[in-house]
Amino acid sequence: MAELKVSKVKRGTVIDHIRAGMAPAVLRILGIDRGFSDVVVVAMNVKSSQLGSKDIVKVENQILDEETLKKISIIAPQATINIVKEFEIVEKRGVSLPKELRGILKCPNRNCITNAAEKVESFFVCKQENPIEFRCHYCEELVEAERAELIL
Amino acid sequence: MTDQHWKNRDVISIHDFSREDIETVLHEAAGIVPNPDLLRGRVMASLFFEPSTRTQLSFASACERLVGQVIGFSSGEVSSKAKGETLADTIRMVEGYSDVIVVRHPLEGSARLAADTADIPVINAGDGANQHPTQTLLDLFTMEKFSGKIDGLSVGMVGDLRYGRTVHSLATALTRFKRIKLRLISPPTLRMPPSVLRELEGKIEYAEQEELDLTGLDVVYVTRIQKERFPDIEEYEKVKGTYVINAEVAQQLSPTAIILHPLPRVDEIHPEVDALPQAKYFEQAKAGIPVRMALLKLLLLGEDR
Repeated sequence: MAELKVSKVKRGTVIDHIRAGMAPAVLRILGIDRGFSDVVVVAMNVKSSQLGSKDIVKVENQILDEETLKKISIIAPQATINIVKEFEIVEKRGVSLPKELRGILKCPNRNCITNAAEKVESFFVCKQENPIEFRCHYCEELVEAERAELIL
Repeated sequence: MTDQHWKNRDVISIHDFSREDIETVLHEAAGIVPNPDLLRGRVMASLFFEPSTRTQLSFASACERLVGQVIGFSSGEVSSKAKGETLADTIRMVEGYSDVIVVRHPLEGSARLAADTADIPVINAGDGANQHPTQTLLDLFTMEKFSGKIDGLSVGMVGDLRYGRTVHSLATALTRFKRIKLRLISPPTLRMPPSVLRELEGKIEYAEQEELDLTGLDVVYVTRIQKERFPDIEEYEKVKGTYVINAEVAQQLSPTAIILHPLPRVDEIHPEVDALPQAKYFEQAKAGIPVRMALLKLLLLGEDR
């Protein structure tokens, strides 16, 4: 197989070790869509010693805030975040799964008070880690992270 | 000394209840008697955004037997909701008028929102299809009263185990007890949801089956199978006829076994069963009074009084 050639990023963020197939979801979290002007490199189904296969997303000029990292941790808990400046990785960190999520997941229960006219912010509490599962603080609906709908 | 664990506590979900909590409520309920001084001068707000005759009346009766006052409403249509007020605002307003709030609301999670909003205790009297903890407590109270214990009981749940809120909460509560055996009897389309079964794993020995076999059970908990759960009326008619407890079926039970039902029943328990010694569903409905009296006392006054 030919070696994968992906250009280096001058300044920005490389999100590595995204579970294979989840890169499009990461792009959605980052708000990358038509009209996004910075350079984005997406690699999917790349061989990985750690995960078997993985996705990678590189975004120029973007430094991610805590809220965005929280969202990424839900769908890609093994992801590593590399901050790149002048083609060098200056910071490398994992993401950590938050115990509580406020305003991040949409409750899948249509009859939940958080989906009513009431305007109650969604609030989920992590119930278990493998697989990641959250419980709605209000209606107690259990949500698997991989199937969760994010409020973007 | 009053126990701060109980005073001002909310009663929202059976998930919040440890075994010790359940035992405290059952113990209080077993000993409570009408008392003209206990809640004198206290006001219970009874907010029923959807009607529920049994629950509403038993809460009111429980409060009045302790000489507390009851204010409130019993239909969403006549309340502030019709004027577009949010639940949170209604709760903030009512909090100023009362010492404890009992709320029934069609949306799941509404009771938790009410509890998060109010500083005074809130009791969930049913939030949509989610929780109805006082029903579970009175179910357990009835089991303990007539079976003499909860540990070690063989419990059969019959009927709609998929949508029935009472059986989900009761199954969760039973995980707090020891050596429970659970027989889940339902048509394949109305089996206990996987999320509830996962809670049972490692805590309760359970078996799922279609056949209405009640032999060896100490408790039979029957639920109503609702027509609207079936896309096909023929399928409904077939299933409905299969899960009916009549005098002949009840012969499978020992004389000390008990039959429970959250009521209202339709056809699932034949009236001929009512006269049998095992029929305890009307006793169960009555248990709503001491259990709710006990809760009002615990939340307003604390444990040791």
